[in-house]
Amino acid sequence: MIWGADKVQTFKLTPTTFFFYLLPQIILDTGYSMPNKLFFTNLGAILIHAIIGTCWNAATLGLSLWGCHQGGAMGNIEIGLLQYLLYGSLMAAVDPVAVIAVFEQVHVNEVLFILVFGESLLNDGVTVVLFNVFDAFVSLGGGAIDAKEIVKGIVSFFVVAFGGSLLGTVFGLLISLLSRCTKNIQIIEPGFIFVLGYLAYLTAEMLSLSSILSIVFCGVCCQKYMNSNMDENSIQTVRYAMKVFANGSETIIFVFLGISAIDKTIWVWNTGFILLTLFFILIYRFIGVFILTWFLNRSRLVPISFVEQIIMGYGGLRGAVAYGLAVNLNETKIKEKNLMVCTTLIVVYFTVILQGVTMKPLVQWLNVKRAAIVDLTLVEKVQNKVFEHMLVAIEDISGQIGDNYWRNKWRNFEEKWMSRLLLKPSARKKQDHVFNVFHQLNLQDAMEYVKEGEHRGSLEFIRNESAFVDFKKKFGEDYEEAMPDIMAVMADDQGSAMRRDPVPSVSLEMHEQNMRGLREAEGINSHYLLDQHLYKSRKQHRYRFSRSHLDINQDENEVQEIFQRTMRSRLESFKSGKMGVAPPKTITKHTKREPQPKMPNGRNKPYHSGDEDFEFSEGDSASGYDTSFPMRVGYRAGAGIENPAFMPDLDPSSPLHIPPWLADAGLEVNPVAPSERAQVRTPGHLHRLASLRTSAQPGDTVRDRNLLTPPPPPHRDDDHL
Amino acid sequence: MGSSRSSLRGVPDGQQLLQETGCEPERSGRLGWFCLGLRSEDLEAELSENPIGDRIVGAFFQPGQETVDFPSFVRVLAHFRPTEKNWTRDGVQPEPANSRNRKLKFAFQLYDQDRDGKISRTELLQVLREMLGLQVTEEQLQSIAERAIQEADLDRDDAICFDEFRKSLEKVDIDHKMSVRFLE
Repeated sequence: MIWGADKVQTFKLTPTTFFFYLLPQIILDTGYSMPNKLFFTNLGAILIHAIIGTCWNAATLGLSLWGCHQGGAMGNIEIGLLQYLLYGSLMAAVDPVAVIAVFEQVHVNEVLFILVFGESLLNDGVTVVLFNVFDAFVSLGGGAIDAKEIVKGIVSFFVVAFGGSLLGTVFGLLISLLSRCTKNIQIIEPGFIFVLGYLAYLTAEMLSLSSILSIVFCGVCCQKYMNSNMDENSIQTVRYAMKVFANGSETIIFVFLGISAIDKTIWVWNTGFILLTLFFILIYRFIGVFILTWFLNRSRLVPISFVEQIIMGYGGLRGAVAYGLAVNLNETKIKEKNLMVCTTLIVVYFTVILQGVTMKPLVQWLNVKRAAIVDLTLVEKVQNKVFEHMLVAIEDISGQIGDNYWRNKWRNFEEKWMSRLLLKPSARKKQDHVFNVFHQLNLQDAMEYVKEGEHRGSLEFIRNESAFVDFKKKFGEDYEEAMPDIMAVMADDQGSAMRRDPVPSVSLEMHEQNMRGLREAEGINSHYLLDQHLYKSRKQHRYRFSRSHLDINQDENEVQEIFQRTMRSRLESFKSGKMGVAPPKTITKHTKREPQPKMPNGRNKPYHSGDEDFEFSEGDSASGYDTSFPMRVGYRAGAGIENPAFMPDLDPSSPLHIPPWLADAGLEVNPVAPSERAQVRTPGHLHRLASLRTSAQPGDTVRDRNLLTPPPPPHRDDDHL
Repeated sequence: MGSSRSSLRGVPDGQQLLQETGCEPERSGRLGWFCLGLRSEDLEAELSENPIGDRIVGAFFQPGQETVDFPSFVRVLAHFRPTEKNWTRDGVQPEPANSRNRKLKFAFQLYDQDRDGKISRTELLQVLREMLGLQVTEEQLQSIAERAIQEADLDRDDAICFDEFRKSLEKVDIDHKMSVRFLE
């Protein structure tokens, strides 16, 4: 195969292919998934390494090679000083592709990672400028260089670097603006980032600005707004597509690099040149890193340790960018182009393979601080926020204008102006970080719950519960006709979930999808059962009062529950929030009573109703069965964590907890079916209801008072009438 | 607040303070003049926009005091120095103000206004309300507070004591998050 490839060298890694088709995706991906906060916090260090470090590398490499050439170590090659400098400039840059490829596996701590990584991205500005400048110098020949040219070179650096970044930022903002307007056509949202990102790259390339910087800043600027504005599906799509493209490109690049080595024509071997290049690259990288970090540490809050500096030095991998630039060399002006290309390839192989492979063991051996495995916890998030505010305050007090002052200023500016412009109104409301963490945690719980439920058996159980729950919610809102149609309920519920924590709708959606896999029979069965057990609408209830039997009794309970709920809610709105609902605690089994959280006044009614659903159902069963769990009550608006559909505390071993539909005798076993179901989820005692009921209120009717003493189920008919 | 140059001489117990807090004389002296006899209103004017500003101000004042004098001011600020890595513990010296433990203690006290050693749910709720207030509904706040307590509360007493607080933050890089640069 290699012989075949050798013979037919039709496929090479041409610079065009590389720079226009393979590189942009990788850089876009890095920009889009860049940890912004970390990046900008360490921006000073990154910039210093990128600019000064790269210049240092280029200069020293070029000069030393030239020096060795003069000293005769390289034999007979025709390379002048300028060409050495040119060569130095293309070898100097740390390559982002290689760094990503290697460091992603190693998981060093985030500060170290961002330093190396940020440097590899930002040094493109310098590399491009240096390369172009020296290329121009080489074309001009040695004599025409004077101060004017050098000044032009320096100015061009600023133009290229800042122009590229600015252009990228503009494109980033443009994308965010576009994503704000795509409420109704969400399907095209993912496309924007790719198209416009690439456009940013091409535009910069067209204007001879730094294209890598452009696309990096495009990604950096737009990520926040895109992630807030876009639909969840779109976000996932973008993330995965980017990763696919980036990984694909990276693999292809390295494969092509390998294939390119088989081209015989470029193989020119000069021992001195190659070995010296390798040697100098390593040495000067380390020296440069050490010197620069020493400077930086004097003004850094947390200094970069020696070990970390070693890793930074060792992580100076050269890669395909250098190769691309080398192939771009003009052959007529640079006679030894082949030598240079060949050396570049060897250096690339050396750094990527050798340094890349040994990086991980080195990190382990040196005990570098690794990336902390971050569990998302609310406490941390809240505390981080507190810290931020604290620091701003302290800086304020002490009269210093420090980092945090500027950060705060920026944040305020951004919130006031940019968010208003670039974020969808709905997204702006959900901006808060702590809430996002909360939401994510709830989502995680929901997914775990589904897995758990599937583990235990059919999810129909869950579906019933959730539908049941939906009903209760719906009842809380308005006593409309209760349809035993689950899907309709779910659909409605998702629509009406705006006010509430979105988790219930999310989890239900998952249930729904899981449900589709189940057989029809179960569906019918569940419909039947639901029909039996769910609350009938009010209208239907009205005609059902009688003294006789269980069936009606059931309805009685339901009616009463509903009634009680209304009364309760009215009571609640009068009272100050002392008689609050016990806080939810589904994650762990609890039998001890929880202290009531303070409920603020003027709570809207549906909230209360949501609580009451469970309270009452539990209360009904409280005396009859030795189980009731105050915690279940947690199903209230916004209490996503307490979605009763979650059942981590379902105890399968308890005989009482047989799901109603599995019980043979269907209805008879469960005289208080709704309560039973609620109770199934809720082990534990509940006596609160008694306390609630005993409070004598002026508005009580006879019926209400009848419930004051929780009667055992068999005697219920008497009491309830 | 302005700051003017001053030396350590004007400050009582200067040397001892230096020992305790590790602040350099010139720097602390600079801060010294204007904060002699500082009252809470002066501090509050600056921090009106900060959500937890009043708590931070409160942290400077010992309970019951109306003014803060220079030593206590410096003591509080000393919490924000970057942590020294080479501090070894020996029983004789008191723990320096900027150790991780003390920083966490300071943060803890921001929550725990009634100084009972625990962060109860109400206290947590208050802080959350201050910080998140506008965007989040009351029920959601409650749930968040509930969840936060669930996460951290290991001994099930429904409040977060200092140990639990410390444990829940063990992965957070306090050095970075709670240090201010100038206090070196």
